[in-house]
Amino acid sequence: MNAKKRRRLAFAIAILLAGAGAAALVLAALKDNVLYFYSPSDVHDKRVSAGVNFRIGGLVGMKSIRHGKGADVSFAVTDGRTEVPVFFHGVLPALFHEGRGVVALGALNDAGVFQASEVLAKHDERYMPPEVVDALKRSGRWKENE
Amino acid sequence: MTGEIGQLALCLALALALLTSGAGFSGARASAAMARGVASASALGMLVFIVTAFSALTYASIVSDFSILNVAQNSSTLKPLIYKITGVWGNHEGSMLLWVLVLSIYTAAIVFARRTHERMTSAALGVQGLLAAAFLVFILLTSNPFVRLDPMPFEGAGLNPLLQDFGLAVHPPILYSGYVGLSASFAFAAAALITKERDWVRAARPFMLAAWIALTLGIALGSWWAYYELGWGGFWFWDPVENASLMPWLIATALLHSTLATERTGAFRSWSLLLAIAGFSLSLIGTFLVRSGVLSSVHSFASDPTRGLYILGLIFGAIGGALALFAWRAPSLEDGAAFAPVSRETTLLLNNVFLAAATATVFIGTLYPLALDAMTGTKISVGPPYFALTFAPITVALLVLVPFGPRLAWKRGDARSTARLLLPAVGIAVVAGVAILAMTAPRSLAGAGAFAVAAWLLAASGIDASKRKLRTASAFASALAHAGLAVTLIGVAGISLWRSEALEVLAPGETMYVGSYALRLDGVEGKTGPNYQAARANITVLRDGTTIATMHPEKRFFPAEGQETVETAIRTTIFTDLYVALGDRRDQTRWVVRAYENPLAPFIWLGALVMAAGGFAALWARLTRPRAVPDAITAPAE
Repeated sequence: MNAKKRRRLAFAIAILLAGAGAAALVLAALKDNVLYFYSPSDVHDKRVSAGVNFRIGGLVGMKSIRHGKGADVSFAVTDGRTEVPVFFHGVLPALFHEGRGVVALGALNDAGVFQASEVLAKHDERYMPPEVVDALKRSGRWKENE
Repeated sequence: MTGEIGQLALCLALALALLTSGAGFSGARASAAMARGVASASALGMLVFIVTAFSALTYASIVSDFSILNVAQNSSTLKPLIYKITGVWGNHEGSMLLWVLVLSIYTAAIVFARRTHERMTSAALGVQGLLAAAFLVFILLTSNPFVRLDPMPFEGAGLNPLLQDFGLAVHPPILYSGYVGLSASFAFAAAALITKERDWVRAARPFMLAAWIALTLGIALGSWWAYYELGWGGFWFWDPVENASLMPWLIATALLHSTLATERTGAFRSWSLLLAIAGFSLSLIGTFLVRSGVLSSVHSFASDPTRGLYILGLIFGAIGGALALFAWRAPSLEDGAAFAPVSRETTLLLNNVFLAAATATVFIGTLYPLALDAMTGTKISVGPPYFALTFAPITVALLVLVPFGPRLAWKRGDARSTARLLLPAVGIAVVAGVAILAMTAPRSLAGAGAFAVAAWLLAASGIDASKRKLRTASAFASALAHAGLAVTLIGVAGISLWRSEALEVLAPGETMYVGSYALRLDGVEGKTGPNYQAARANITVLRDGTTIATMHPEKRFFPAEGQETVETAIRTTIFTDLYVALGDRRDQTRWVVRAYENPLAPFIWLGALVMAAGGFAALWARLTRPRAVPDAITAPAE
């Protein structure tokens, strides 16, 4: 084996090793750090267990926003069929309103309340998070031009 | 009239793009000097017409010509002039026009930069012309900015207020200069394969450097914007749109390093070609991700499936074509001289392996959710913890290896003398790590490690600067860029490990505490801007009982667009940021206030500036001494 071939082989081995290392890291990280997206109906139908982190999306329930002590706030996320109560301590996004689209990140507690660590609303009047549109379509509550 | 001029200019530009492409490829034959002249002339003509089209759209936006649909949808008479201009690329159609504008500027630059390698340059113009034609067809068919609106409305719909910001206004042109700049590397790589030119790097390297500098600045600017505008106090969210810009940067960085060896000794010749292809491919994929609407992102962009499909086709065409060309021709381009296991080539190889692996982790984290959704309908997202576990360790390992590269000689390095030279840097790194561990609270092993690595990089850069007598401007450039990495690392460690956060509901007169500061809300008053209404808080900042500043975070409402934005107030001392955002109004008098103390946060962007300065130094060195023949210098680095 001449020097050129040897170098090529070393190059290939280095790339393979790095690839394998990166793949191992990726698989380990993906196993525990993937967040599923559920609509309120999914949460109910799939009996999502308490403590599992996921993202929930739908519309903020009408007349459901209640401000608690300090920056505490609770509201409901609905897809028109099912409602999930949400509790959040933090600053709500600028376009957070009743009847508007919302996506929250967090986990259910034992009482079935979604403890949100982050709340995202749609960014402008025209845009709706695609997952929310999808969830509303599945529950039959999606109106075009909404 | 303006719309017709723009439309006509785009059509003429398309014709010239096709001519550039045809003549450029014919000019790859040695005898076809005439075709090369035609390619150069038509490339410049294409630039003229695209500038005309872009100016037409800008003019329509400035004079609020709402008979053009694009202007009516994205502008309004109330908008300040600066945002009427920058709003041109604040929407899909205009930003695609900006894309081809930048592409045609780079194409013209290739025309002006050509001195040697006439055949290869001609083929590169052919590739650029083909890309420009593909994007012009895309614009004319799916994203025409000059479509008419009849009847013409009296008022436009306005621009997303989030985009009415100077930082974000200049972000797209800079980022596009990077994205599209990689097309020049791509074009030269393809041209090298077509003309079997072994020495392609010298012609392509100034374009690589320009693209890399623009990407560095563009990403930093985007991150800075997200920091002060979104009000979440973070600088990087691993948002797919951010990742889409990071991946080409990582590959461009790898390319800059691998081509050092390719140019000098001929090593990694095929690999460098592959990287040049991959870099621009990732730019295209980034465009597809952002523009097709397949992403759910904090960045909201207009979306349309046919556009996504077209760009997807374009990606497959470009990547597939380039890879086929590579498979066909690369074996005929021989690799250069062999190198020993301890040599600069080996460190560059490791650099590339780590950067490629880091890119792969970002790629998977960004595209796996899309692939899963497309195949099974399951919607998932991959958040920051994934990237902390994959991207971070790979990057840290790479940073630790950085100082060895510039110290080792080409072909065969001397491990012992390198180790001796770097010994002081090891000492400095250990001292820095221990000092951080001893002095900071909360005590953080990760923080100590980050500072040790940063000190290691800075000390090694310092040694480079002093010991190598800055024999070459490019040695100075690399020392500067590597020092910039260290500065950014310090900032990232500071904000990630030692930030303080406070969230309170305050009535006027009440005080909240964050870090070493006390913040007293004195009141919230109404304010009227040019095209918005705002609530403006007056907050007195106290430290140890004495007033040191007043801050005025705002919440703005834009009636034309029906949107609200948060204007954070940031008080920086370079070593720490006090960051205050006004939240919702709770009742008549009480407001939610969020505050952070972000230690060392400005270092994140300062480091990016230093890195870019390193890039500029390298570009300067390259442009002022274009006739240097690197192969003639075979002396080891020391």
